[in-house]
Amino acid sequence: MNKLKLIIKREFYAKVKNKSFIVMTVLSPLLMVGLFALIIFLNEKNSEEVRTIAFVDESHEFSTTFTDSNTTKYIDLTALGIEGAKDKAKEFYYGLLYIPKSDSLSVLSKGISFYSKDVPSLNLLSSIENKLEKKIRNLKIEQLHIDVSKIKATETVVNIATENFIGEKSSKIGSVLRMAAGGGFGYLIFMFIIIYGTSVMRSVIEEKTSRIIEIIISSVKPFELMLGKITGNALAGILQFIIWMISAGLLLYVITYIFGPEVAQSSNTMPITPDVVQQVQETTGNNLQLVLQEIKNLPILTMFFSFIIYFLGGYLIYSSIYAAIGAAVDSETDTQQFMMPVLMPLMIAIYVGFSVIENPHGPIALGFSLFPLTSPIVMLMRIPFGVPWWQIVVSMLLLVITFIAIVWFAAKIYRVGILMYGKKPTYKELYKWLKY
Amino acid sequence: MKNILTVENVYKNYGSFTALNNVSIAVPEGSIFGLLGPNGAGKTSLIRIINQITLPDSGHIFLDGEKLKQNHIKDIGYLPEERGLYKSMKVGEQALYLAQLKGMSKIEAKKKLLYWFDKFEIRDWWNKKIQELSKGMAQKVQFIVTVMHEPKLLIFDEPFSGFDPINANLIKDEILKLRDDGASIIFSTHRMESVEEMCDYIALINKSNKILDGKLSDIKHQFKENKFEVGLLSTNKEDLYNQIKSKFSIENSVSNSFNADLRVLVSLKEHETSTDLIRFLNSKAQITHFTEIIPSANDIFLKAVATNE
Repeated sequence: MNKLKLIIKREFYAKVKNKSFIVMTVLSPLLMVGLFALIIFLNEKNSEEVRTIAFVDESHEFSTTFTDSNTTKYIDLTALGIEGAKDKAKEFYYGLLYIPKSDSLSVLSKGISFYSKDVPSLNLLSSIENKLEKKIRNLKIEQLHIDVSKIKATETVVNIATENFIGEKSSKIGSVLRMAAGGGFGYLIFMFIIIYGTSVMRSVIEEKTSRIIEIIISSVKPFELMLGKITGNALAGILQFIIWMISAGLLLYVITYIFGPEVAQSSNTMPITPDVVQQVQETTGNNLQLVLQEIKNLPILTMFFSFIIYFLGGYLIYSSIYAAIGAAVDSETDTQQFMMPVLMPLMIAIYVGFSVIENPHGPIALGFSLFPLTSPIVMLMRIPFGVPWWQIVVSMLLLVITFIAIVWFAAKIYRVGILMYGKKPTYKELYKWLKY
Repeated sequence: MKNILTVENVYKNYGSFTALNNVSIAVPEGSIFGLLGPNGAGKTSLIRIINQITLPDSGHIFLDGEKLKQNHIKDIGYLPEERGLYKSMKVGEQALYLAQLKGMSKIEAKKKLLYWFDKFEIRDWWNKKIQELSKGMAQKVQFIVTVMHEPKLLIFDEPFSGFDPINANLIKDEILKLRDDGASIIFSTHRMESVEEMCDYIALINKSNKILDGKLSDIKHQFKENKFEVGLLSTNKEDLYNQIKSKFSIENSVSNSFNADLRVLVSLKEHETSTDLIRFLNSKAQITHFTEIIPSANDIFLKAVATNE
């Protein structure tokens, strides 16, 4: 036991003191946040550009419709007539909006056109369309002699409250939240297995090629070495993830603090009119409550504990396979043929996982969340949607049994493989090693 | 004499390949025991079994009278033929780690290491990484790591490979000193001159079987072929040569010497003794040289392997 601790300590420090680990750990969050900041920055720069739109309004109904905003200015060129305005707009402006004269509003609405040098931006176009639609609608209401305020009073926002048969409330936001939680956990495990499994494999290959392996295993059992290696790497990985989460959180906080609420607005290209703001506030206000409610509704404890179990199970299964692969080959280039079968179930799990989110209780979801090579990812994605307890128990049981079997097999291959040099082994030879 | 290590009837198969076939050896305490054999004979398999890296299919191993167990790891020091250390780990750190794996405490290990580092005058390497050292330098570190926990049994697999003559000599002296201090040493090598120089006992393994073992001097005695190299002072060498040839069988004349010596290699038959030869020669000419040819370890090795095949 004491020796195992020594090995874990060495593996942990060997990993953590490695320059690439330090660089990755420090740089990744900076890179992520930097990228985020860059996107925001570019977005702001982009929207700083002011577009001037000329318009010719022959109907004389829309002169007050177009108000200048931060990014768009409007110039009334009605006086020049359409041909004159076209010439001028071609020279100086982003585009020209032409509203013909017509007695019927319906005909008028079909006759509006926009001239520009390049294809106009979709956002801009829909923003203009919005304005026009609103104005035409109001004009129509006036024509029909209906009181505008009464129409306003009829406007309603509908939010369907969904609830399952045992009375738990749910909502669209809840579904999104579940997807995010499940997907996030599943993806985290997926990434962790690949990054740190490969790291275990590299470490085994390093010991083999540097030939220190024979000295080490004349002091400790190969199984102890393998276990120590897997554990040490996992600890380094957990440390890295913790550092990432903390630093990314801090940096994001700092960034939003510096940029302030503009960050939130800059991404919103829709024109903000007072009533829209009010509406948005109302819904987000409601949603915030709902989100909190939904978070409370999530099976957090189950999620947490199953995350730990599936994380451990999945990581141990895959990393011991990776260790066995590392032991079987002489160099990393020889690992290709063995990597495919390992990556396959992981990839399938991720793809199935994302479709599982759509239908968390279908037969595919059930199957893959029981199959031990995919269950750590797929089951974790399902759990936020509520999974019958027997399924979790069966899945975990299968996971543990597979874990024991795989570690046993991997240890056998590892034990023989670390002392084998020379040719690249075939699957047949690996099978033979099991009997040594 | 007490045996530090006894290997009894060990069998080891890898699939259908037999690596060791009923091998037994006994290593007397305080001796240097040469484990010899051609490549692929099974030496490494045997050494790995002694080190508990692999288990024998059947047979028993006793260390210092006790059945080999996990706890014996600290009593054995092993320098494998293919050696290496963690490349990116610092020398001192690495040596401490390996010492602790052998069961030493950190303080004890550090003390021992500093002693050895001073002895080899390599103390300033402590904070260097292995990849910054030359191969020979790394080998020195490896040697220290092998012996620092003062094991009862030391196993050296080709200890001199990779060393220049000066350092090889340094290592050789250290090995002899370790033996004098009471350690028993198993020494696996192809370099027969070092076997000759150092080994008290040898065992020869060929094609998974032990074909020969015992005290080196006994084996030499057993392998000598009653051959004598003689030198005679003579004015008529040809006549003398023919006279000897008529009585004894001459292998070859050793050299067409430019001095007055006649040198020949005489091979005695079973009923003839060296006294007969001396008496005969003495009556013919003045004897200047008379040596019994003792086979070298190299000759024994070649002969034993050839007979076995």
